[in-house]
Amino acid sequence: MWALFIRDTRLSIRAGGGALIGVLFFLAVVAVIPFGVGPDLNLLARIGPAILWIGALLAALLGLDRLFQLDREDGSLDIMLMQETPMFLTVLVKCLAHWTSTGLPLIIASPVLGLFMNIDGAAMAAVAVTLLAGTPAITFIGAVGAAVSVALPRGGLLVSVLVLPLAIPVLIFGVSAVQGAIEDPAPFLPPFLILCAITLFFSVLGPFAAAAALRASSD
Amino acid sequence: MRLVADNVSVARGGHIFFSGISFSLEAGEALVVSGPNGVGKSTFLRVLAGLLPDAEGSVKLDGAEFETAAEGAHYLGHRNGMKAELTVRENLEFWRNFMSLSDGDGSNRCVEVNEAVAMVGLDGLDHLPYGYLSAGQKRRIAMARLLTAYRPLWILDEPTAALDTQSQEMFSGLVANHLGSGGMVVAATHHALGLINTRHLVLTPDAPAVLSSDDPFAAGAPA
Repeated sequence: MWALFIRDTRLSIRAGGGALIGVLFFLAVVAVIPFGVGPDLNLLARIGPAILWIGALLAALLGLDRLFQLDREDGSLDIMLMQETPMFLTVLVKCLAHWTSTGLPLIIASPVLGLFMNIDGAAMAAVAVTLLAGTPAITFIGAVGAAVSVALPRGGLLVSVLVLPLAIPVLIFGVSAVQGAIEDPAPFLPPFLILCAITLFFSVLGPFAAAAALRASSD
Repeated sequence: MRLVADNVSVARGGHIFFSGISFSLEAGEALVVSGPNGVGKSTFLRVLAGLLPDAEGSVKLDGAEFETAAEGAHYLGHRNGMKAELTVRENLEFWRNFMSLSDGDGSNRCVEVNEAVAMVGLDGLDHLPYGYLSAGQKRRIAMARLLTAYRPLWILDEPTAALDTQSQEMFSGLVANHLGSGGMVVAATHHALGLINTRHLVLTPDAPAVLSSDDPFAAGAPA
């Protein structure tokens, strides 16, 4: 399993792997907001955490369609399906590798991009922590969409559309946890714990459903 | 160890090619599947490999601890299952680790990546990215995968299609070696693999599948 993790991480940083595409997209989304909204620093600071979360969500959705498609195209998926290793576990490891190469860079970039939005240190930390807790859920949900559309030649946008409704709760609780951390009356812990619960829930359901979809789609 | 297929039907997209195919294969035996293009040879092999979810019938490996035949099988299909961005060594080492059996069975019957690359005659190319190789070389590296992890059953779909005569002979040697050590082979092929202990499954459109023990590549045999 460790071999699969290393292989997928390696593939994503080799030429054409697309590990940095997500970060570049994240940068593009966040960087244009101040130009559109105007130089109202208080307004930017108020909407900053939400913009960072929306940017990270969209960036995390970006590379999901490639999660299984390349393995299917070159026949690797057939071999993976035949092993005594349960497909559930294979999908889980692939998700973790995908998150490490695409989700983790977003979290590392988020404090830097926070500077664009004029948010203070506490908010930057809160955004980074909630992204750390929440982005794995997006990958696990996305794995189901990627598995369902694996046989479609251009399923990229379809994956995002399939996955987006399920990812909305992650966004809601992620942003409300950040608000809780920086504004006094709102609580931080309850939304943050719900966010963790969503991630844990989908870390079980996502690989399970994706494995079933992959098995059904092999022909 | 033996491979038992019972009442297997071959269907794809709702269209049934064949039904009621039953055969058994002892250790050291090979089954050659032949028939015209589009008759369902590849589909039949994918059924054996457990890759078609709605296939009827059962395929089992008797006398082995594998739960399904798929777990005890190597499948070499039309696609090689290798990544162009990784080097030959990285590709093969990944499959060797990923396919190693949990109970350590057969670990003495598989070879190191170095040896496997040498056995397919591509010694010294293991540092190159897989994408740099020619079609025939890619195929030979995919064959090296069969050697780096042990599986008793090899399911081969047109294994020698892109190969020159010399490489075909090399692969025949590997297959003969595998059969000699008690393995089994099911292959769809138009090239004689030089097998001795061979049975033959002839697929003809709109007719029942015929199992015979003739040499499929002897003169006058239906090709």
